[in-house]
Amino acid sequence: MSGLTKTRARTPGASPAATKPRDTSGPPFWTIRRRDVLAGYLFIAPQLAGVVLFVLVPVGLAIWYSLNDWNVFSGGQSFVGVDNYAALADDPQLPSVLGATAVFCGGVVVLNIGLGLLLAVLLNRRFRGATFFRTLFFSPVVVSVVAWTLVWGFLLQDNGGINGLLDTVGINGPNWLQRGDTAMLSVIVTQVIRSVGVNMVLFLAALQGVPAQLYEAARLDGAGSRVIFTRITLPLISPTLLLTAIITVVGALQSFAQIAVLTSGGPELSTTVLVYYVFQQAFEFNHIGYGSTLALMLLSFVMLLTLVQWQLRRKWVFHEQ
Amino acid sequence: MSRARKLAGAVALTTALALTAACGASGDGSGTTDATNVKLRMTVWTSNQDQLELFDSIAAAYRAKNPEVSSITFESLPFEDYNTTLTTQIAGGNAPDLAWMGDLSKDLIASDALVGLTDHLKATDGWQYDDLEASATKEFSQDGTLYAYPFSTSPFALYVNTDLLAKAGQRIDPKNMTWDQVAAAGAAVHSATGKAGFVVRDFDYKSWNMLATVWTGFGAAAWSQDGKTCTFDGPEMQKAFTFLHDAAFKTQAMPGPGTTADFFAGDAAFTVAQVSRSSLLTDKFKYALTPLPPGPAGKYSVIGQAGVGVLAAGKHKTQATNFLAYLTNPTNSAKLAQFFPPPRKSLLTGEKLAANNTVLTATQLQEAVVDQLPNAVTLPNHTSPAEIAQKGKTALDAMWKADADIPAVLKSVCTAIDPILAK
Repeated sequence: MSGLTKTRARTPGASPAATKPRDTSGPPFWTIRRRDVLAGYLFIAPQLAGVVLFVLVPVGLAIWYSLNDWNVFSGGQSFVGVDNYAALADDPQLPSVLGATAVFCGGVVVLNIGLGLLLAVLLNRRFRGATFFRTLFFSPVVVSVVAWTLVWGFLLQDNGGINGLLDTVGINGPNWLQRGDTAMLSVIVTQVIRSVGVNMVLFLAALQGVPAQLYEAARLDGAGSRVIFTRITLPLISPTLLLTAIITVVGALQSFAQIAVLTSGGPELSTTVLVYYVFQQAFEFNHIGYGSTLALMLLSFVMLLTLVQWQLRRKWVFHEQ
Repeated sequence: MSRARKLAGAVALTTALALTAACGASGDGSGTTDATNVKLRMTVWTSNQDQLELFDSIAAAYRAKNPEVSSITFESLPFEDYNTTLTTQIAGGNAPDLAWMGDLSKDLIASDALVGLTDHLKATDGWQYDDLEASATKEFSQDGTLYAYPFSTSPFALYVNTDLLAKAGQRIDPKNMTWDQVAAAGAAVHSATGKAGFVVRDFDYKSWNMLATVWTGFGAAAWSQDGKTCTFDGPEMQKAFTFLHDAAFKTQAMPGPGTTADFFAGDAAFTVAQVSRSSLLTDKFKYALTPLPPGPAGKYSVIGQAGVGVLAAGKHKTQATNFLAYLTNPTNSAKLAQFFPPPRKSLLTGEKLAANNTVLTATQLQEAVVDQLPNAVTLPNHTSPAEIAQKGKTALDAMWKADADIPAVLKSVCTAIDPILAK
């Protein structure tokens, strides 16, 4: 404030020489602008420190590791330039891994958002037991992912609970986790059932934010349920759709525990998704350099997909034109 | 601006000084360089309270004689993640002084990450280096130097649920069975009772190296003696896998993929497991224990091993080596023998082993352990064990289908692991 007071104390047109003796050190350092800037930085400092320590530094280290070959037992490290990046093209397993990643992410995103929206629409109506069902569908979210997956692992055994149930109605269930197609379906479904509650709650909140008078007006104009849903509901909840799409895609690309516990990436490579492959290469095979290269590839995928969705929001998110 | 620069400089200097001070304090505080305050740490994968108490009591006796060692900690790590955790500790500059090791030993030895023990153990009074069984030390030796003491050398044996065999009307002498007879009896038990026939414990259609307990009886091996060439697609291996595939998909003598059966819970007629698993036996059913049944190649025996070594990256190599020599001397080896089959010939008699085993008789232990060790082979082990295991498993997954092309799948295993063997 002292700087401001001094500045305002000057009389317009007054001779600079008259003020010179009192202002020998030049303009004050702590101007209002600088103080504001400092306060701003102090406010974001804790978050910034976390991002620097746990995101930027590890990413920087991963870039460095990806340029090196590292013997973790002897501690020897040698600079190999872009060899690890060139190895991506020669990795015979990588196409299968990327394929499994695409199928898993696609399956999780479509099912999770579709089912989440369906449940939200159904549970947005007033009927007895609505709260119970909302709690029921949300409750898996708070269960430990490992505990959840372990239980499903038992249920999906050839002689497990699912096939036992199917057997009672005369259906000979498949060996869920031992066949490539059913193993992938199993990990997708267990992931979706566990996490669909989050999307359901977000959609519920969005649905309850749609003004009721819009529905009334549409009905007065003779609009049917389908038209009301596609022309009023969907556009008005599109910001939430964007949010859930981003969260679900990023979450699917990071799904690790389900794969590790349920299938260990098998049978063959059918459920080896990219994040599990990163773990295998870096921590099981001790290929830290190549594992870091794969991790950076995963990071670039996440960033790219998020960026694409963010750009697309102008086209399909209401109020974003 | 000059004040801002001064401020930034002061912050940087303070940070650097603080970090330097912190690093310095860490080094001094842990007593890592102080020979009068040595703190040893040993990673293990057991969490058995009795075993840990025995280790603690041996460590306490050692510290009483060696006051420069202020503490010896036994750090229990989960077995499933043991190799990954140990490797991460080494890579992170936090290597333990001593560590248990299984299939990681080849990588550690090849990387000079272990301290050679032979000279020290031979020079230790009363240690009796020549007492070690040669077949037990082979796995942890290179160029005549022992790098880890094989504290647990446990042969695989065939456990038989004689109650289940009787229930299925199978009158065979467990001591004189071949693999074909085991498969036939197993199929009969499954057919008559719905229980499983024979189970290779811990295989679970994932850990294929456990199948060495079967394929060795067919004269097969995963790779050549020098570890450079894959022999998985050889005719002996084809016979072994044809036997296993038939058992899983034709006769159902072995539970198929995705089906669990625990012998020790009474769910199977036979299981192949290490003798050290006998602690799981209860009085729920009558049982017998025999050496592995002969296959087409005749009699054979397979051992599973665990060793303990001194990490070259540890902070107190000399003190750690001294403690290892004490932990494994004849007196303490005898104590450890109550939990882990020892590698010392002087302790390897049925009667001595039976003194610490409440489940198996001296005769059973003599036949299943002592008589098996001299000619035993170990489970397949090689450098890069996890990568070989994963690549092999991925290729072998195609085997566990009813219409599998056995020779083609075995060939694909070699295609997958040959580049790793050739490194």
